[in-house]
Amino acid sequence: MTQTGTAVDAPPSAEGGAVPKRPATEDRRQKWRSRRYRWDAKLSPYAFISPFFLFFAAFGLFPLLYTAWASLHRVELTAPTDMEWAGLHNYTRLFEDHFFWNSLWVTFTLAVLSTVPQLLMAMGLAHLLNYKMRAASFFRVAMLAPYATSVAAATLVFAMLYGRDYGLINWFFGLFGVDEIDWKSGDWTSKIAISTIVIWRWTGYNTLIYLAAMQAVPHDLYESAALDGASRWKQFRYVTIPSLRPTILFTVVVSTIGSVQLFGEPLLFEEGAGASGGPDHQFQTLGLYLYEQGWRNLHLGRAAAIAWVMFLILVVIGIVFGLISRRLRKS
Amino acid sequence: MATLTETAPETAAPARRRRRRAPKAGEAGGQQRAGKLTYAVLLLFTAISLFPLIWTAIAASRTNERLAETPPPLWFGGNLFANMETAWSDANMGLALFNTTLVAGAIAAGTVLFGTLAGFAFAKLRFRFKNLLMLLVIGTMMVPPQLSVVPLYMAIAKLEWIDQLQSVILPFIVSAFGVFFMRQYLIQALPTELIEAARVDGASSVRVIWHVVFPAARPAMAVLGMLTFVMAWNEFFWPIIALTQENPTVQVALTSLGRGYIPDQSVIMAGALLGTLPLLLLLLLFGKQIVGGIMHGAVKG
Repeated sequence: MTQTGTAVDAPPSAEGGAVPKRPATEDRRQKWRSRRYRWDAKLSPYAFISPFFLFFAAFGLFPLLYTAWASLHRVELTAPTDMEWAGLHNYTRLFEDHFFWNSLWVTFTLAVLSTVPQLLMAMGLAHLLNYKMRAASFFRVAMLAPYATSVAAATLVFAMLYGRDYGLINWFFGLFGVDEIDWKSGDWTSKIAISTIVIWRWTGYNTLIYLAAMQAVPHDLYESAALDGASRWKQFRYVTIPSLRPTILFTVVVSTIGSVQLFGEPLLFEEGAGASGGPDHQFQTLGLYLYEQGWRNLHLGRAAAIAWVMFLILVVIGIVFGLISRRLRKS
Repeated sequence: MATLTETAPETAAPARRRRRRAPKAGEAGGQQRAGKLTYAVLLLFTAISLFPLIWTAIAASRTNERLAETPPPLWFGGNLFANMETAWSDANMGLALFNTTLVAGAIAAGTVLFGTLAGFAFAKLRFRFKNLLMLLVIGTMMVPPQLSVVPLYMAIAKLEWIDQLQSVILPFIVSAFGVFFMRQYLIQALPTELIEAARVDGASSVRVIWHVVFPAARPAMAVLGMLTFVMAWNEFFWPIIALTQENPTVQVALTSLGRGYIPDQSVIMAGALLGTLPLLLLLLLFGKQIVGGIMHGAVKG
């Protein structure tokens, strides 16, 4: 059936046919070998891909579907195996909860605040790194240092830097006469502070992705643009950006998905706040809200409902970006 | 601007124009050279990238009292090892580092092995539903693990795996990205004739994998291994649910440091530093390969 299979199987069987006078056992062995051979060629692709799909089914697909099932039940953390049918109760409770809508808003604002500046800066930095320069790999590796830092370590450091009374950032602003800013309980200030952690960790990574895409842009495009009298800025605007469109879309999708899942930063930004995301829930993201409902308030069923809402949001995001990329491809 | 004036005269002789453009266009690739401003901006951003890490070390080397004074310390003090010792004993850091190495190592090994096998099949073999299955793999990259935590937690609770390392290894032991990454690499790096030749010589699939695929894939396997190790080391959401402070990974242990009655900031920073140093070391040793891996994966992605 498979073409590789038949092509590869040909020599042994042809050989068998060319020399007909052989002892019967030899012949049988030959046949057996060629049959084993064919089976091997036919089945091995499935053997090679099966570990991935088995693990994915067990730890990805099944839990995702089971989450939907669990979201229709009353399940408590104290007895996670006892499930009591509840219909859509978890969902209606969710939509009545002010903190759910709050976390939705927080997730959205944090996504915008962290993704937009991060990708713009990454684009600019990639453009600079694309020049011929000394120490190019030093810059690239140094920009990856935040990527190698964990959410936990990074957030703990930034939580200190953003301290109201003794934090280094307020001290620095104080040198210019700015009053102490309350980074941990302010509304927008805390959101900005948390976004900077995300931006700090991921800008270098995205820079490298843009740089890779820029290096793949054919160079004659720039040369002909230069011949047409395009300035450096115009070359960037009319050659680089259009060539990078698929990559830009890719990074936007990945960063958006990442920011829908924000969890560690808001959890650890203020020690002692627990999972509430600040004194007034200013930075309680959907991920944190899920954790609070499931593992602090012990309502696993409601946590499952939140997970499914998150999933639907991601699906909508996926469809929107899919439509955008289709439109881009057409134009 | 300069480009504009230099290339504007359409009537200029081609030879002359070329010579004038030459110094700007640079050598073979024709890439432009970086100016002083470029270096300045890049140095500034490098400083911003590194500053929080350097400051972690500074804070870790001070006392908690000193950190509650203004101005904040900007240079190292002499308390680093005392703080590290406190973090080590308070947060179970020794066990945490051991556990994390084990977990990240197992996840990296699994992702590389299974990713190479599946990537090879998708890159070079023909089989039914191949394109459909590959689409499924790519689709699964979009599903974040947060969505499955509730049933996973229920499952490990039932299996009595809470606090057991397998509960944080198994869900991450394969990755769609790993399959995709290896597939993209092997399509180019492994000539199909090589496999066919081995098959003609009578090699079984296992032999082909061992003697042809693995050697060809080795550079990409190394890069994928490092990328996965970094990600697994830093994984936070699932371990904090599945593990407790009795048997933590580094990320779980770090959260316990901040939870004292009077949190000792210098000890917290010492713990953060301990948890980050192994990866910074990895970056220092293999930075170029890791950068290359990210960039390689990006273009193909």
